[in-house]
Amino acid sequence: MKEIVVISGKGGTGKTSITASLAVLGDKDVVLADCDVDAADMHLLLNPDFAHKEKFYSGKIAEIIQDDCIKCGKCKDVCRFDAVPVINEQYVIDELNCEGCEYCAYVCPTNAIVMNDNLAGDFFISETRLNNTLVHAKLAIAADNSGKLVTKVRTEAKKIAEENDIPYLIVDGSPGIGCPVVASVTGSNLVVIVTEPTVSGLHDMSRVAELIRKFGIKSVCLINKADINADITIQIKKFLDKYEIPLIAEIPYDLVFADAILAGKTVVEYSNGEVSQIIRDSWKRILEIVRE
Amino acid sequence: MKIAIASGKGGTGKTTLAVNLASYIAEEKRNLNVQEVVLVDMDVEEPNSGLFIKGELKKTEIKYRMVPEWIESKCTFCKKCANVCNFNALAYIGVSVLIFPELCHSCYACSELCPEDALPMKADRMGELRQYIIKNGLHFIESRLDIGIEQAVPLIKQTHEFIDSEFDETAFKIIDSPPGTSCPVIETVKDAELVVLVTEPTPFGLNDLKLAVDTMKELDKKCAVIVNRDGIGNDDVDKYCAENNIPLIGKIPHMHEAAKLYSQGNLLIDDIDEIRDVIKDIYSNIKKLVKG
Repeated sequence: MKEIVVISGKGGTGKTSITASLAVLGDKDVVLADCDVDAADMHLLLNPDFAHKEKFYSGKIAEIIQDDCIKCGKCKDVCRFDAVPVINEQYVIDELNCEGCEYCAYVCPTNAIVMNDNLAGDFFISETRLNNTLVHAKLAIAADNSGKLVTKVRTEAKKIAEENDIPYLIVDGSPGIGCPVVASVTGSNLVVIVTEPTVSGLHDMSRVAELIRKFGIKSVCLINKADINADITIQIKKFLDKYEIPLIAEIPYDLVFADAILAGKTVVEYSNGEVSQIIRDSWKRILEIVRE
Repeated sequence: MKIAIASGKGGTGKTTLAVNLASYIAEEKRNLNVQEVVLVDMDVEEPNSGLFIKGELKKTEIKYRMVPEWIESKCTFCKKCANVCNFNALAYIGVSVLIFPELCHSCYACSELCPEDALPMKADRMGELRQYIIKNGLHFIESRLDIGIEQAVPLIKQTHEFIDSEFDETAFKIIDSPPGTSCPVIETVKDAELVVLVTEPTPFGLNDLKLAVDTMKELDKKCAVIVNRDGIGNDDVDKYCAENNIPLIGKIPHMHEAAKLYSQGNLLIDDIDEIRDVIKDIYSNIKKLVKG
């Protein structure tokens, strides 16, 4: 099984639209994982059935049992996260600030602090309208631990692909360069970077490419909206040359991306135009490269 | 006054709004009766505001977080440190303690609970904060996470501390937030008086807007919505805002010219009068909401 992760650094480059299109082209050979857990959109295009749903807990959150508290304030003294405010003369835990380190519980002389499981989000295994499997999640409101939820989504999707002898796992990755994106790409076979020729697109792509290089993962790049700025497209190509990242496609600026989303379809299903043809060719190239 | 510009979905125009709004207020400072205007880029994983506004660098501060360092000669191998660490950032391998700084949350538990003082905390570089003065009088602060550092929250926290010490209540502070709804966003908007959510009029934009609104409700934040690239989609965002009593305070029209200016790293208010007028209205709507 080969794992292909699509990322972009910057949002709004067309990453999810392209990922969902690749899933259509891969058809029965593909299991999908939506690891963009705090802005998951793939379900809007693929109508998953949410057949399997479970709560995902990760990390801990402290709770002070007021009856046992002697108000010595030791918990507040050791907490580095400002998570123990005093409200109405009671020491309480601010759940948004609590990191779950448990230091407060270790120093409490009366054992008045208990650690509860922290709900990180809901996790789903679905069959999509294309009849392939999508593993996806919804981060709990204002929750921590999105990196852990990403790892959970990927691990489950991998298991399904391996158990059913499905050759490819396609992952819609998270934005940025922090823990969710690290959790999305670690140990994968190929990273597909989707970018756009804007100053922001170039900047974010170069940071994310640097990160991928640190992990030593093979990557390829796809430039969307390639014709909106010829100068920056050239700069992106120079960067890719220097980092030895193959450029597999240049997609022109086209409102077909927005139109397809409005119709609830992937680009390759919605249109047979130039953009769809380029995405089809890209999928072939990705398969060639990942099989090498 | 502190307002945050956020969005569920990436690439909807957070940075575009932040840089154009901040520059507009700075240029019109006298007429608007504003003392100081401060723009802060808190999207520390992918900071982009600085690509659109150029100025003179005033100050650079290297930012550190604290991680434990193992002093072999003092260690008695009681293993207390590894037992108390909830983040697997410490491990015993044979007769040595291994520290994984990328997993450390700087809670100090291992260090301060060590009976032999064998794990003093030391400073570990995580990124850089830069302060600029822009020609129009705008103060610009940008924090940038080093590539390979996974946790954005500590740098965001220190950036807030910097702004609060440099500028008083009378300054108009605009915070460019990271995308999504996870911990970096929550840390960013924590003390904002208003959160302006930028979205696009597509099902993706609406889905992620709803997630962002739910998060802000949980945090008890007042929010307002701005539609960017108005005209590419449908009016479902309008309906959603009306049904949920969320003020829709501006629509930035979709224009090819705007996309081009953005790609080059230019401000829209300098070249497109129509957009300057929209930004002007957005500012007065924000003022009304924050006062009311």
